[in-house]
Amino acid sequence: MNTVLKGKTLVYGKNIDTDQIYPGRYLELVEPQEIASHAMEGVDPNFSEKFNKGDIIIADKNFGCGSSREHAVITLKTVGVSAIISESFARIFYRNSINLGLPLIICQGILDFVNEGDELEVHLIEGKIKNITTGKEIFGEKLPSFVLDMIAEGGIKQYYIKKKNVKK
Amino acid sequence: MHALEKILAKASGKEDVSAGEIVNAKIDLAEVNDLYLQTIKSFYEMGGDKVWDPSKIAFVLDHYAPAPSILSASNQKEMREFVWNQEIEHLFDVNTGVCHQVMVEGGLVYPGMILVATDSHTTTHGAFGAFGTGVGATDLASIMLTGELWFKVPEVIKIEIKGNLKRGVMAKDIILHILGELGTDIAVYKAIEFTGDTLKNLNISERMVLCNMTVEMGAKTSYIQPDEITLKYLNDRGIKDFKVFETDSDFEYSEVYQFDISNLEPQIALPHSVDNGTDIGNVKRMKVDQVFIGTCTGGRLEDIEIAAQVIKDNKVNKKTRLVIIPASNEIMEKAVEKGYVSTLIRAGATFSSPGCGPCLGTHQGLLAPGEVCATTSSRNFPGRMGSTEADIYLVSPATAAAIAINGCIADPRDYLKI
Repeated sequence: MNTVLKGKTLVYGKNIDTDQIYPGRYLELVEPQEIASHAMEGVDPNFSEKFNKGDIIIADKNFGCGSSREHAVITLKTVGVSAIISESFARIFYRNSINLGLPLIICQGILDFVNEGDELEVHLIEGKIKNITTGKEIFGEKLPSFVLDMIAEGGIKQYYIKKKNVKK
Repeated sequence: MHALEKILAKASGKEDVSAGEIVNAKIDLAEVNDLYLQTIKSFYEMGGDKVWDPSKIAFVLDHYAPAPSILSASNQKEMREFVWNQEIEHLFDVNTGVCHQVMVEGGLVYPGMILVATDSHTTTHGAFGAFGTGVGATDLASIMLTGELWFKVPEVIKIEIKGNLKRGVMAKDIILHILGELGTDIAVYKAIEFTGDTLKNLNISERMVLCNMTVEMGAKTSYIQPDEITLKYLNDRGIKDFKVFETDSDFEYSEVYQFDISNLEPQIALPHSVDNGTDIGNVKRMKVDQVFIGTCTGGRLEDIEIAAQVIKDNKVNKKTRLVIIPASNEIMEKAVEKGYVSTLIRAGATFSSPGCGPCLGTHQGLLAPGEVCATTSSRNFPGRMGSTEADIYLVSPATAAAIAINGCIADPRDYLKI
């Protein structure tokens, strides 16, 4: 697994809820590619034009609050968000992201550290975030080792498949 | 230890646990709703064959009840087939109601249990002294596979509520007020326990409202210590086989907050955040296009009862729509028996079949751009009930009814003899 990620940033505000990340009217969709076509539709109607595969989402506190819908993670993961860095995450969104192998970093002060469009280098193991555009560095919270393991496997599904195969 | 810690300790086979520790806990009930066909997909993607225990799984078809589209109908069809093939014991189909109400009515919720559901409002079951928490589809699939789930033992925040509510002021007003004071992320990764003398006068439905909306503060779970009110409710439903856990006197809460609600006014949370609450009197009398009474937050019998009392012989304003969706068929039946439905229909209300309704913006009363809605549900996020250009105001059922009569923001106390 690549534990050093690079990408340009898109910056959003506080309390970005899962209804904004993935509106309720599309909840009946099941296929990831279809789900991906509505990413961030309620937050930023221009998201799909601005976003490039590998970009990193930066957000103020409580990103992913509200509904438990896993679609919110599926949509971001499938469009190709490489990581999300926020002051804090809502807990169900946090669990869903880990389960699907989308790295998250909790980082106090991230909004003062990044301007939209800056290029970052994120070191997942150390929790280190380097702003290539400004040359500055900041540290977020390190991910617990079992979370890193889960992300390294590609998510909880691969983790269980591997466990089952080991048993056999 | 806190009662919640004792529940987690027992479920994970440990003598004791403490905040921050990661435990693998056995789950007493796992519930899937009809937004999450992904649960079944993930189950098979993880190599699942047979579910771990068909008696401990429930499927509730409530978010699209009955199905408004071919796709949602197809998802429900696949879910029913999965339930029947796996011989899962609990299927609440589109003729029953919202998961958090029908699981309770069905006798599946009791003190000391761990209930995990694919719905964020699973915190509701703290009203019974259960550890209830919401997860996503794949987490739930891993429970269907193994019967277990990992948890970080949460710190516990204590919220002590004192005083008696005035006529026309409801549990919804208490929680909107608390949210307004404490904000939407005060309890992220934490649990919230409610205590205080106010609880002695709050019935199960009212306690469910408080616990339901703790997720809007970020809470993982919530708790109210079971007392005679809880035990009587459970006994009336024939639920007797459970253990009540109690918090040790030396337990240290991470934070303690106190609220005196003796003089609390009806509250209203303005768009687009749940913590944007204020007294109803502080808001100008703007026009309201739709009023919605329903959901796991505000669609219980007491909610429909107070709406009928407020509306009585009045009519719904000609330029306003009143949509009422009882949280369950049982509630619908009782509301019919007691005459509330007749009163409200005569006043001009539209009743829809029990379920989540327009709360999450799927069907049964969506909002057009520029419209204003007052709702007894729990979320006023942009686009939650339809257009992102609609404005949603959160209120109690009493306030919702007063607004329906006036067609604009109004105070329910003007319609209730005090």
